[in-house]
Amino acid sequence: MSKFLPLWPDQASTMASQVDALYIYLLLVSGVMTALIYIAVTVLAIKYRRVPGRDAQQIEGSTLLEITWSIVPLFVMMTFFIWGAVIYFQERTPPADATEVYVVAKQWMWKIEHMEGQREINQLHVPTGQNIKLIMTSQDVIHSFFVPAFRIKQDVLPGRYTTLWFKATQPGRYHLFCAEYCGTNHSGMGGDIVVMEPQDYAQWMAGGPSAPLQETGKQLFTQLGCATCHRFDVQGRGPNLTAVYNKPVLLEDGRTVIADENYVRESILNPTAKIVSGFKPVMPTFQGIVSDEQLNALVAYVKSLAQPPTGTAGLQNQPPTSPAQPQNTQVQ
Amino acid sequence: MASTVIPANQTLAPTPKLNYLNNGHTLKSWLLTTDHKRIALLYLISVTVFFFLGGFFAMLIRLELLTPQGDLMQADTYNKVFTMHGMIMVFFFLIPVVPAVLGNFLVPLMIGAKDLAFPRINLLSWYLYITAGTLFLHCMLTGGVDTGWTFYTPYSTVGSNTNVIEAGLAVFIAGFSSIFTGLNFIVTIHRMRAPGLTWDRLPLFIWANYATSLIMILGTPVIAITVVLVAVERLFHLGIFDPRLGGDPLLFQHLFWFYSHPAVYIMILPSMGVISELIACFARKRIFGYKFVALSSLAIAVFGFLVWAHHMFVAGISLYAAMIFSFLSFSVGVPSAVKVFNWTATLYKSSISYATPMLYAFGFIGLFTIGGLTGLMLATIGIDVHVTDTYFVVAHFHYVMVGGVLMGYLGGLHFWWPKISGRMYPESWAKLSALLVFVGFNLTFFPQFILGYVGMPRRYWQYPPEFQVLNVLSTAGSSVLAVGYLLPMIYLLWSLKYGPIAEANPWGAAGLEWQTTSPPPTFNFDETPVVTWEAYNYDEIPAPKQLEAPGAR
Repeated sequence: MSKFLPLWPDQASTMASQVDALYIYLLLVSGVMTALIYIAVTVLAIKYRRVPGRDAQQIEGSTLLEITWSIVPLFVMMTFFIWGAVIYFQERTPPADATEVYVVAKQWMWKIEHMEGQREINQLHVPTGQNIKLIMTSQDVIHSFFVPAFRIKQDVLPGRYTTLWFKATQPGRYHLFCAEYCGTNHSGMGGDIVVMEPQDYAQWMAGGPSAPLQETGKQLFTQLGCATCHRFDVQGRGPNLTAVYNKPVLLEDGRTVIADENYVRESILNPTAKIVSGFKPVMPTFQGIVSDEQLNALVAYVKSLAQPPTGTAGLQNQPPTSPAQPQNTQVQ
Repeated sequence: MASTVIPANQTLAPTPKLNYLNNGHTLKSWLLTTDHKRIALLYLISVTVFFFLGGFFAMLIRLELLTPQGDLMQADTYNKVFTMHGMIMVFFFLIPVVPAVLGNFLVPLMIGAKDLAFPRINLLSWYLYITAGTLFLHCMLTGGVDTGWTFYTPYSTVGSNTNVIEAGLAVFIAGFSSIFTGLNFIVTIHRMRAPGLTWDRLPLFIWANYATSLIMILGTPVIAITVVLVAVERLFHLGIFDPRLGGDPLLFQHLFWFYSHPAVYIMILPSMGVISELIACFARKRIFGYKFVALSSLAIAVFGFLVWAHHMFVAGISLYAAMIFSFLSFSVGVPSAVKVFNWTATLYKSSISYATPMLYAFGFIGLFTIGGLTGLMLATIGIDVHVTDTYFVVAHFHYVMVGGVLMGYLGGLHFWWPKISGRMYPESWAKLSALLVFVGFNLTFFPQFILGYVGMPRRYWQYPPEFQVLNVLSTAGSSVLAVGYLLPMIYLLWSLKYGPIAEANPWGAAGLEWQTTSPPPTFNFDETPVVTWEAYNYDEIPAPKQLEAPGAR
């Protein structure tokens, strides 16, 4: 990208080239349409300029023409719609093997927590060739996570999680912007996405602390007394949380919800909102008691509970990414 | 055609006949008038004041963005400046400008009525507008507001410590002004058309204002309720939008855009109506496909209510909701395209004069085409995710709302200026300013499309240095644009005293408004006209002898 007069953004994710291809198609169609209209208006305006003795010919219109120039553009627009929807569907459907990273936005910074326990502020280090899923929330107002080089953007809301995924392709340093106006230092709420070769990334990751996020969550689970009701051995006053993540849960009012990140989060902050069938609304709220980072750790812990935790080792979801993993095939 | 020819050497009493301008000279006769034409002039003066105030803030924005560092003003000041620019231009200029000035003046004249159906409510509309405007100025002078014109929650309810409630109240009151205008137009168009003026004989400007009025009365109450809810949450901490109080921040966006997307059509539809009048007159032809152009206004008004969530593709709405709203958004593209095609087709085998209003009409087609096509890009979700909340969106809506609306408004103002003022404007100055507006506009806003795709977010006080060249181009263009907008104000004021006296129908235009004197008498017509012809019967009206404005120098 030219630093003096950039006319096109860097392409640094698998999505970037797809979005650009659609954009070029739209530019071509729009360019042709604009040219046709400009040329038609110019030619007609010159050819039929007012000259003495030549009057305008009154023409009522033509239903056939009207239908044609309604239907033909509609078909062209439908190609825009379908192509755009296909890309959007991919953007909104994170692959199952994606590495998760938690993002907490606040006025005016981005706080990043890797599953391995590594934390960053206004920087996100990621390896090339790996699917990364961001699980994001805000501590105050709405922000928006925008990486132009990846062609992705997602608003980050207080009180719930929104997600975003990407696969970086080109090592480098790319702008991270906040794209939703959030007050005084909105334009300063940016940072860098640092895309590294997998081996460099592994080295970088090895330099950080080694307490994985779900371990922090496990400690909190005990400290906050969650474990007294949510027991793994016998039926406690709260539901057993083993392997509930991403499974349907039958509620007291007969509805069924999927126990996704947002459900786990809501159940901690507003426990009586969706009571699991067969249980009483006895759980107190943890609103104001746990921070967003602690919430993320708790959510990460609940997600890790594919089986009841045994002994002290706990159950780790996946070991930290290593360059040896098969999914690290370099794209391009 | 009956036209009153007045000797040009009379300067003290230009027209011996009593007209709406010389029928009473006291301040009271203006401030308590119920004459729709005088109220239109009150609006003309007040929206012009707000336009130049909003323009002043625009220039501050462009000056700040000349350099990547935030060095002209503080970040908080900049945030207030773009908020003021947006709120003034949207709520106090673009929404009222064409309906309340040209619509107010022309709706009764075009349908052969003595006045609007409710003249006193019409005056009340203006007073509500002025009250809202004064309140907003007070808000501005006592600290301002920094939420952006969109008032997004929870920033506006818990984040901002500026005068949000006062600004909201101003929007609330301005909304009622808009509702009353819409109501007045609907009743007037239904009940007060001259004998013989059937619906399929109505000028397209009337159709456009009718469609606009429907949006005004159906949409505006929603924004009014929404700002009340923001105030309630701010004042009483009732959980409506703030999740910490149990509210939902996206609810606000749904309510806000349910009005604010159709509001774009409140702005652009009346201008499209103006363009139809201008093209018919200066091509001396009936508009090609009259019925389709008329119905496309209604189609835009109806479809406009079904597309609001296309502002929210990255806001956190569901995947399938986003796809449905993307699909529906394209439906607005069809009637908009139909209008452009029909205007272009009207030029075929016509007899075109390049008078200033026609130049503005050409300009409208040029800018609206780009604004509309980039709108289709934004409706395409895969693209919108990347460019929403960037300068691409800023460029797009300026092409539609400024390029479109202002071209229509200025074209219309020049076209009907002889009717409004009784004087002709200076043609060569007017042509120069039309050219400056078109060139300056493109220079200002076209670079912003590139800037947006490269990734510069909107509402940024400082930015990475690689975006500077495009920003400098944009600022340079805005100074040309400013001259283009200042010139008409100067020469139109000049023409009030020195412009050549206008005939009743200097353009040889169809339409009932040209059958009465310039300026018209207080009750518009000495005798109620009886309409026996179709709209735009240009084959029955001789073209003016001069190709351009008579007496132009």
